[in-house]
Amino acid sequence: MSALSATAHERDPDARRRATQWLIAIVVLWPLLVWSEFKPWVLFDTRNLSAMGGFLAGFLPPDTSSEFLGLIAKATLETLAMATAGIALALVIACPLAFLMTFSLSISRIGPGPGRWRGEGVRAAARLLLTLLRAIPEIVWALMFVRAVGLGPSAGVLAIAITYGGMLGKVYAEILESNDTRPARALLESGSGRVAALFYGLVPNAIQELASYTVYRWECAVRASVVMGFVGAGGLGQLMDTSMKMLNGGEAASILVVFLLLVLLADAVSAFLRKLLA
Amino acid sequence: MNRGDQHMGQTGHQQPGGAAGDMALAARAEPVGRTESVGRAEHVVRAEHVGRAAQVERSNNAAAVRSESAVIAASAAGSAPGAAGFCLSCWLASLTLAGLVWASFTYLKIDFGGLVSAESRGYMWKFFVSFFPPNLSPEFLAKTFWGTLETLAISGIGTLLAAVAGLLLALPASGRLGSAFREITRLLLNVLRSVPELVWAALMVLAAGLGPFAGALALALHTTGVLGRLFAETLENAPPEPARALTDMGAGAGIAFVYGTLPNVTAQLLAYSLYRWEMNIRMAAILGFVGAGGLGQLLYFHLSIFQQAEASTVIIAMLLLVVLVDGVSSYLRRGFVRAGA
Repeated sequence: MSALSATAHERDPDARRRATQWLIAIVVLWPLLVWSEFKPWVLFDTRNLSAMGGFLAGFLPPDTSSEFLGLIAKATLETLAMATAGIALALVIACPLAFLMTFSLSISRIGPGPGRWRGEGVRAAARLLLTLLRAIPEIVWALMFVRAVGLGPSAGVLAIAITYGGMLGKVYAEILESNDTRPARALLESGSGRVAALFYGLVPNAIQELASYTVYRWECAVRASVVMGFVGAGGLGQLMDTSMKMLNGGEAASILVVFLLLVLLADAVSAFLRKLLA
Repeated sequence: MNRGDQHMGQTGHQQPGGAAGDMALAARAEPVGRTESVGRAEHVVRAEHVGRAAQVERSNNAAAVRSESAVIAASAAGSAPGAAGFCLSCWLASLTLAGLVWASFTYLKIDFGGLVSAESRGYMWKFFVSFFPPNLSPEFLAKTFWGTLETLAISGIGTLLAAVAGLLLALPASGRLGSAFREITRLLLNVLRSVPELVWAALMVLAAGLGPFAGALALALHTTGVLGRLFAETLENAPPEPARALTDMGAGAGIAFVYGTLPNVTAQLLAYSLYRWEMNIRMAAILGFVGAGGLGQLLYFHLSIFQQAEASTVIIAMLLLVVLVDGVSSYLRRGFVRAGA
């Protein structure tokens, strides 16, 4: 018995399973490595090294000339304004669609009657529209709007409005559904209109949640508008893009610092506002 | 729930005339299922990007839940707003908000009149129509297909690199090597995390040349910051007893970590990595805008030479990819939850 267990221990009992796992991992990984052109040695290619080295060497000291700082301040304000205006327009898209989509505000569902299928149809259409709006990333919208309305922050604002309108609309409807829906139902059954049922039945219970989600999305919008400029939609990203194309390390370093500060600031403001709302 | 429903319905029917009173009652009605609504609030937020991994998080420790969902859930648990009355701070807040929005629009000087003028409407419509029909020729479909594979490869390799690097950095960041190391790595992780992927991609294109490898590196850098922090929190919350038992028996720190700590957290680490992978697929699709390969590069290229039909095919591919990833991940997650329950 003891001899048997000794030999069993010498041969790894799990060897076959482990070997198979490794084999599967390699078979799956290999094509991924090929497709992503995984060649770490290009990092140490002398040409790349000198380009990157020169660029990084320029990082210190960061460009702090008052002229450039003025440009940065303007771009930062533009970024924040883009996020805020974008969210404001997104609300214009999201609120009506969420109102249409909320099942607990459906009058036709209460009893058998006409309009049931029409109601279902309207809700499905609203849901489909919201899915389409948010499934395309904001920066792709921005890229297209830059071609449609020209370079500048308007493209960024419209892109944020569309994508975030889709997200906010969907989540608003879900929040309204997930809270207590009985007050709304009571109102509808006693003959009130949909708008009254929304404002007196659903919103009072959900308002904090709705507001804090909106604030969270604003924070996301700030992050998004920071990079919008890479496709020409204004803000800090555009400044960054220019500096990088000119390989100006000092300017890039200053902008990176502002990026970090802005993201941290948006984080902090959003956390503070949501704590205030709680 | 049903009983309450009927009750509410009955009050409604008994006093058909008193709609106003009903409204006030309804407005003040305290939600019965408070804990329930907290759970659901988490669910709602999870449904979007915030806490995709929250199911797993919940099983682990509330402290690890990302602050967003926690705060939102907490806000749902707060008291319901009181009876209507004049609220100075509410008015002030609303006015400030309106002012800020107005200031934003003014500062940006968006010419909405110009946007909706007949001329620009005509131009936009022509631009929109030029996207149809999409180019569905076999050659271009094959090109798009390869772009999609490249996008998947970028996201896969990027996330894998990030998971490895994140775990390595999570060891010092969880305080295993002393508090000095802990603070330094946390700072590093925060910096990695706060630089957006697209900016990393622009930098990596300089370092590694145009192409998908730059994209994979960019994703890896940003995701390392995110995963490193999540992994560190997981390690901190892991039960210390098994590793302690091993070290007490004379095992080295490495052995104790591998056999005592790691088995307890593997599932959670995997869940976080998969969740990030899902987000990275979307991100990989657009990194190409700065030249980092994948579908984005294809889209950027064709849009810049005004080939909208081709661009439209690529956008459809992106859309399908996103919808597919969403569907698969929610399916898998439901499976996970059922298996884990």
